[in-house]
Amino acid sequence: MQAVFPLTFAALLFSAGVYGVLSRRNAVLVLMSVELMLAAVTVNLVAFHGLVASEAGDPLLSGQVFALFVMGIGAAEVGVGLAIVLLLYRNRATVNVDDADLMKY
Amino acid sequence: MWEASALTITVFLPLLGAALITLIPKAREELAKPVALVVSLVAFALSLAVLAGYYLGPAGGEGLAYQLRVDWIPIIDASYHVAIDGISLPLFVLSFLLTFLCAVYTFHHLEAPGRPKAFLSLMLLLQTGMAGTFVAFDLVLFFVFWELVLVPMYFMIGIWGGPRREYAAVKFFLYTLFGSVFMLVAFIALYFAGPGTFDIVALQEAGAAGEFGLTFQRLAFLGIFLGLAVKVPMWPFHTWLPDAHTEAPTVGSVLLAGILLKMGTYGFVRIALPILPEAAVEYAPIIGALAVIAILYGALCCLAQTDLKRLIAFSSVGHMGFVMLGIATLTPVGVNAAIFGMIAHGIITGMLFFVVGSIKERYHTRAIADIGGGVLQTMPRMGAVLTFVAIASLGLPPLPGFWGEIVALYAAFNPAPALVDAGFLTFFRVLMVLGAIGTVLTAGYFLNMLQRVTLGTAPARWREAELRDISAIEWGAWSPLLVMTVALGVVPVLVFGITDPAVSAVLTALGVS
Amino acid sequence: MFSEWAWLIPALPALSVLIIVFSGRALPWKGAEVGIVALLASLGLSLGVAWEVFSHNAGVTQGIGPAGDADAAPAGAEAFLLERGLTLTPLGGDLAVELGMRVDGLAAMMFVLVTAVSLMVHIYSTGYMHGDARYTYFFALLSLFSFSMLLLVIASDLLVLLVGWELVGICSYLLIGFWWEDKHNQDASIKAFLTTKLGDVGLVVGIMALAGMFGTFSIQGVLDGVAAGDHSQALLTFALLALILGAVGKSAQFPLHTWLPDAMAGPTPVSALIHAATMVTAGVFIVARLFPAYQAAPVAQGTLAIIGAITLVMAGLLALVQTDLKRVLAYSTVSQLGYMMAALSFSYVAGVFHLFTHGFFKALLFLGAGSVIHAAHSNHMTEMGGLRRVMPVTFWTFLAGSLALIAIPPLAGFWSKDEILVAALEAGGYTGTVVLVLGALGGLITAFYMTRALYLVFAGEFRGHGHPHESEPAMTAPLIALAIPAVAIGWINLPFPALQPLSLSSWVMFDVDYWVANPVELNAVVAVIATVLALAGVLAARAIYREAPERDPLLHLGLLTHVLQRRYYLDDLYTDLIARTAVRDKLAPAAVWFSDRVLDGAVYWSGRGTYELGQGLYATGDQRGIDGAVNGLGLSALWSGARMRLAQSGNVQLYAGALFIGVFVLAVVFASGA
Repeated sequence: MQAVFPLTFAALLFSAGVYGVLSRRNAVLVLMSVELMLAAVTVNLVAFHGLVASEAGDPLLSGQVFALFVMGIGAAEVGVGLAIVLLLYRNRATVNVDDADLMKY
Repeated sequence: MWEASALTITVFLPLLGAALITLIPKAREELAKPVALVVSLVAFALSLAVLAGYYLGPAGGEGLAYQLRVDWIPIIDASYHVAIDGISLPLFVLSFLLTFLCAVYTFHHLEAPGRPKAFLSLMLLLQTGMAGTFVAFDLVLFFVFWELVLVPMYFMIGIWGGPRREYAAVKFFLYTLFGSVFMLVAFIALYFAGPGTFDIVALQEAGAAGEFGLTFQRLAFLGIFLGLAVKVPMWPFHTWLPDAHTEAPTVGSVLLAGILLKMGTYGFVRIALPILPEAAVEYAPIIGALAVIAILYGALCCLAQTDLKRLIAFSSVGHMGFVMLGIATLTPVGVNAAIFGMIAHGIITGMLFFVVGSIKERYHTRAIADIGGGVLQTMPRMGAVLTFVAIASLGLPPLPGFWGEIVALYAAFNPAPALVDAGFLTFFRVLMVLGAIGTVLTAGYFLNMLQRVTLGTAPARWREAELRDISAIEWGAWSPLLVMTVALGVVPVLVFGITDPAVSAVLTALGVS
Repeated sequence: MFSEWAWLIPALPALSVLIIVFSGRALPWKGAEVGIVALLASLGLSLGVAWEVFSHNAGVTQGIGPAGDADAAPAGAEAFLLERGLTLTPLGGDLAVELGMRVDGLAAMMFVLVTAVSLMVHIYSTGYMHGDARYTYFFALLSLFSFSMLLLVIASDLLVLLVGWELVGICSYLLIGFWWEDKHNQDASIKAFLTTKLGDVGLVVGIMALAGMFGTFSIQGVLDGVAAGDHSQALLTFALLALILGAVGKSAQFPLHTWLPDAMAGPTPVSALIHAATMVTAGVFIVARLFPAYQAAPVAQGTLAIIGAITLVMAGLLALVQTDLKRVLAYSTVSQLGYMMAALSFSYVAGVFHLFTHGFFKALLFLGAGSVIHAAHSNHMTEMGGLRRVMPVTFWTFLAGSLALIAIPPLAGFWSKDEILVAALEAGGYTGTVVLVLGALGGLITAFYMTRALYLVFAGEFRGHGHPHESEPAMTAPLIALAIPAVAIGWINLPFPALQPLSLSSWVMFDVDYWVANPVELNAVVAVIATVLALAGVLAARAIYREAPERDPLLHLGLLTHVLQRRYYLDDLYTDLIARTAVRDKLAPAAVWFSDRVLDGAVYWSGRGTYELGQGLYATGDQRGIDGAVNGLGLSALWSGARMRLAQSGNVQLYAGALFIGVFVLAVVFASGA
């Protein structure tokens, strides 16, 4: 299998996630962008497992297992993140991240 | 038994007293004064017993006595090593004397906010730190005592001080700490570069045997120099001193000028010179030059002062300059003169701060212009004492200031052979002439001060105020210092006789003189 | 026998100080009697010592006889010298300070002078200071001064000598500012102390250099070292020149003389004791003490001659135009000290002899002036006049002192001044000629101003206020007592070879060889010329001042007056043009201007400049510069913190952006590194 395709795809996906995290002001959209980045990492893990680990012999299937881990953590992270966003909305009546700048000097 | 434990008992007795004072209930706070008086008197008596025993006991007036060496932190070979010799003995006794007299003085006056319990326990804690510094023969122990002194003095200035007390206290603390950090680094470097011990005697032997390389010596000396120079204070590290002195309460000023400054100069004689002799020869011209700058500079700054306490604080810069000039010559004569100068300055300037503190207490101002002259009219005895002490401070023979200054100048004319070989003979002779010019400036600002404070006709508001002349308690606190001023001046052998054998022994071992 | 006990001479006044300080007020005479008794005992002992030294030295010199050679002296004969001492303190190494006494002819002579004058001043002060609020304090200071001066004289160690030297300085300071309520007195006292202290820089440097060269503070050690000749000539000259600076300050020589006239702000007995007879001669004394060393350094000796010659003429000119009686005497003292300094450049005996005679007659003049001032309630001669009739004792004694000062034979001043001129003539050369010519000229000037003072004070009508009357016996008795030496003390050193072994020159000699090499001789030409010049001065002044507006009683002195009156017309040209116009109206004011503006201005402006320098240094250098740097370090931390914290915006996306950029940079770095 060619490595170019999955890696390029993952890089594009990651870049889209970074762009979203940095540019979106809506907290929900920022969270979704974070999910995109996680998805890019998952793609990389699976792809490298197919490319490297299968040939070297990897009885633990660590690449695949990590992909499942990332999904689990991603779900937990979205849960916590949405909870924070929800609290933010209740207290501030907004989900704009620019308004949430309490942790400054 | 006494031989081994004398120093420990004497040094830690004030600490015990401080603990005792903190147990006094707040309702009976005034009780702290007699307790502190008794403790400091007993400690002073013990220090006199140490002095007497040094001559009458097995030491017979020479070498180290009252040695006690107990393992403390064996893994770095730091020990609780205390001892005393002719170099530290006069300073040791002086510290106890001044603390005792300060305890007497607090009966007369204690600055707002009062609270004698807190003040006196701090003072006794300070005493332990000061005395400990002079008997410590282990660098770690020395450093612990050295830093121990900072804390009580910080609170003394910060709580009982004048209007700008917080600024002065923080500046005093941070500046001194800044210097000591370099000193600590140098101490640790000595441990690793030398025989792997913090014991001063062992390190001195290593230094005399040439175990330290020249480059190492230069760096280590620089570190120790920074720590000590801030404390002395040498020009240009002196600016904490006027602020601290000006703001400190009277007792704080007396102890600061009388003892704390000497810890720096003592460190040069005890640590820097014997352990790092070759670097000392290289640094001596620089130290000498800075010392002479301090003499001239301090005197010039005194001429500009409008604040009485600040003027005397700046005069300390000049006087310590003479002490450092004596040390810089690296000769027995010079170091003897330096120790004499330390004692003389401790007595005379301590006394000056007492008098000025009492004047301030009555006039409620330190500004010379507000006092407006005529103290001899409003308080004849106070004016006479101030005149006497000021004249002693300007180095009039045969009072103690004279011996310190003039012998230091002689030493500068004939510096150590090592310095002569290095081609610094003419340099030191020029320093001598400049130092001699400094004596004129010193006379100038003191006479100027006397004219503005004591002479002339007192302003009407002060004549009507009916200021109280020296009280009985003040006489009690001052007369020992006044008597000692005359006695040490007329019989200088009282100090030179103690220091000379020890100084000659230390410097001969180095081979620089 | 007495000499062994010579240490009591300074010790008794020291004891007196303690007694007066601790119990003076309780005594019936408020402490004055303690000082008088102590000084009386010291004087007695001094005379004993003097006799002992004299009989020893005369015994030695009589064996040689006049114009003999030293080999004729009895075997092992030396000038009297007794050194006793105990170690005051070791200073490290072999160096020590000796608290010792060095009794020789010079010390014996100074003992007599100091104790005698001090005793007279003590007695006089009981009258003069009567009723003063600080009467006891005054006597304590007088005793302290006597002790200090005697300590200076007796010291066998240069450091102890320095102790005495500084102590007399502080006594002078305290006594000039005795009436310290007045700003003028305070300023005068500070000026005196600081000016002499400036000279002391030289003294300290000189003493340190000598001690450093020879490794001892002992005077004998230094002299032995110089005699051994194993030293750097340049360093010796430097040390002795530095010592001259100290002597110049203390003895009020050009250019540090300006403090002495101001020092007249002190009580008059103090002026007599300190600023005429004793303390100001300390500079001369130290040069005499180290005379053998000076002989080994011709440059230093020449400097002495030049300084002395300049001073004696310049100060004399200044005295011409003073209206304050004490200032006339003060400038006169400066001038006479100039003679002594110049003399020490050639002849030890001449300088020391003049010191001795001058001490007596100048003390007399000052005490007389005090008596006059007491009566007239003013220092100014414009408010005096006609006091001869109401104050006969003061007048006659003052006249004796004046004539001694003017050097009219056979009074004291004549013999000593003549000896100086003869010594200068014999020395010859450049410096000798200068001293001879200026010294003779100085005699003329001296005569002129003293005569003028006499006329203004005692002749004519009283121009002041109130009714002056003769002073009380406590004040006149010392005048009479001092008038005797003013007339006769010069006879102890008559310049006749036959008398020389019995005279002052053998009494005060420090070395038999020196004594033989420097015989005392009368030079008739010099004596006549000097006397003629002195008389000319007297007559010139007389010609001018008897024409004062008020009736001048000296106009009616009979034939002599008429003869001189005719000469007045003959001398009109000289008096008007030279004495009055040129000297009095041009030269003397110019000298005053130079002294007051240029020299005193330099003193003032150097003081002022130092003060301003201190102000500037403190404000700019210390508070802004050094302390600024210290505070700046702290402030810079605060400042940079305040700037840096702005980056902490709280915007999570900014942080994340920075994080991504950082990761990107690291990735690129690692990638390129790999």
